[in-house]
Amino acid sequence: MLTRRLIAGWPGMLFLLALAAAAVLVPFANLALPPSSPWHVPTHLVVLVGKWLCYALLAIALDLVWGYCGILSLGHGAFFGLGGYAMGMYLMRQIGTRGVYGHPELPDFMVFLNWKELPWYWWGFDQFWFAALMVLLVPGLLAFVFGWFAFRSRVTGVYLSIITQALTFALMLAFFRNDMGFGGNNGLTDFREILGFAVRDQGTRAALFAATCIALAGGFLLARWIVTSRYGLVLVAVRDAESRTRFLGYRVDRYKLFVFVVSAMMAGVAGALYVPQVGIINPGEFAPTNSIEAVIWVAVGGRGTLVGAALGAVVVNAFKTWMTGAMPEVWLFALGALFVLVTLFLPKGILGTLGAIRWRRRPPPADAPALATEQGR
Amino acid sequence: MNAAVETTAILYVDGVSVSFDGFRALNRLSLIIEPGEMRAIIGPNGAGKTTMMDVVTGKTKPDSGTILFAGRHDLSRLDEAAIADLGIGRKFQRPTVFEMHTVWDNLLLAVKQPRGVFRTLVARLSGAERDRLEEILAITRLTELRERSAGALSHGQKQWLEIGMLLAQEPALLLVDEPVAGMTDAETEQTAELLRDINRTRSVVVVEHDMSFVRALGVRVTVLHEGSVLAEGSLDAVSANERVVEVYLGR
Ligand SMILES: Nc1ncnc2c1ncn2[C@@H]1O[C@H](COP(=O)(O)OP(=O)(O)OP(=O)(O)O)[C@@H](O)[C@H]1O
Ligand SMILES: [Mg+2]
Repeated sequence: MLTRRLIAGWPGMLFLLALAAAAVLVPFANLALPPSSPWHVPTHLVVLVGKWLCYALLAIALDLVWGYCGILSLGHGAFFGLGGYAMGMYLMRQIGTRGVYGHPELPDFMVFLNWKELPWYWWGFDQFWFAALMVLLVPGLLAFVFGWFAFRSRVTGVYLSIITQALTFALMLAFFRNDMGFGGNNGLTDFREILGFAVRDQGTRAALFAATCIALAGGFLLARWIVTSRYGLVLVAVRDAESRTRFLGYRVDRYKLFVFVVSAMMAGVAGALYVPQVGIINPGEFAPTNSIEAVIWVAVGGRGTLVGAALGAVVVNAFKTWMTGAMPEVWLFALGALFVLVTLFLPKGILGTLGAIRWRRRPPPADAPALATEQGR
Repeated sequence: MNAAVETTAILYVDGVSVSFDGFRALNRLSLIIEPGEMRAIIGPNGAGKTTMMDVVTGKTKPDSGTILFAGRHDLSRLDEAAIADLGIGRKFQRPTVFEMHTVWDNLLLAVKQPRGVFRTLVARLSGAERDRLEEILAITRLTELRERSAGALSHGQKQWLEIGMLLAQEPALLLVDEPVAGMTDAETEQTAELLRDINRTRSVVVVEHDMSFVRALGVRVTVLHEGSVLAEGSLDAVSANERVVEVYLGR
């Protein structure tokens, strides 16, 4: 019964099937088939699509708060970035003595800054389990503290969006500083190994791709579980009539806080999977434009649909890859135009529009005429 | 606030004032509703009827005065969710249902159940609750429309759905703001009957302009004017009151 609840509807079913197929077939086509085969998938493509799938997970996280609870976060890149940094710190500590300066404990940039010992907040990151925990906890804690203040003081709408944007901007400025101890504007890079496997190895990349598919499917199922529960009903009620929900006895601030924290953790996982695949994390990940782009993915795919959000992330990023290759200088304009066009002509996004078409084809219920005039009001 | 008041009233409002930018919407308002009572509240536009409900349900904080529920809960210190949880339900003047949700889901949201985040995540509908919701659907004549989204209902149906949600909440006290606005005469009559029925087990405060409806309720009437009580008694008695006539005709 739970299974049926979670994958009800064709989009969810197709989405999970596609992910399962990709998790198996793409690594196979990359590793087992010779480059001469027409079915061979080159490694650069594996990495590129893997990156898009990380974005898709970020998009699902964002859709959970925006599409279902009406919290338009313009700062979800912050949680993605923090998850990425937590993973980056683990990867830095795996370099060991193989850095340029050969220091057994300190990453190169710290040696360069003449630091003598590892700052306390880097402790523990040599352990994968610890880093993995931080990938969840750091974004989760930030979201908790931020949300606790914002939702209790009933900050909503544009004001909330603006302070989420300020949040990611503040983090960007902080991480740019060398004395923060996160590598300044160079960020963290030159990774060697993850769990003992060389990060640049073809096999590792294929495995990371498969892991991303699994994480995306897991994130989707978790989000589905949340939105199809009675808690999910309350979430949509808060989105549509927040104060009414309070008069039914629901503590709206707690409902928002929970979903915001879950979403931040999901974004953190997306960032953590992203970093070993692209091989670098720097403060640019906190740039406000990144968070805004994520909102556009969700709008294009269809907010409040989850699958649409993921689809939007992949479609827009595929478009971006093509565009930045063909005419890099017009990308931002194209993105803006895309957003305007979608808002005007596909207000429900790709998936929402597809869903509406299918819905309209169904024969109307018997008592529809009596209510048609009411609907038209 | 004075918490030492001894009262058996389910709702005890004493000397409550509320100002908006210097304008006194409630002016030392006092009102006592006994358990099991149904009270109709009338008064010209802007008399403060809705503001009175706002103050009781925690939407607006009073500047001064005492508001006690069941003799022991000081409502002026509680927020909306806590007040709803105590057992005070409210129907708004403009029907407010969750338009994107189906009729059934609207009732499901209202049904009396623990409201905590983790409880709702794993909440299931028990057989008894299902029966209760079916019963409410039948009472509010919405059984056929259960899968319809609430936004597609007519104005009158939305009013009924909201009353149904109130029923599902199982509150001890219902505050009902203009329940028959936009209803046909037949619907108005049915609503009066429904409220009388509800009143068998619960206390009810109804605000309404429709005098035939108030007459059909056949209960004690309080007239509000400029934020305080102008008169109280049977509908015939207050209709005969000179000051009431003046207030209604004077504008
Ligand atoms: N939030 C607010 N801010 C400013 N003024 C308000 C506010 N709420 C109510 N008022 C004013 O308080 C007065 C009382 O309003 P209220 O809505 O309680 O009247 P009412 O008796 O319910 O009238 P009606 O019969 O028209 O519904 C009105 O003059 C209204 O303009
Ligand atoms: Mg009113």
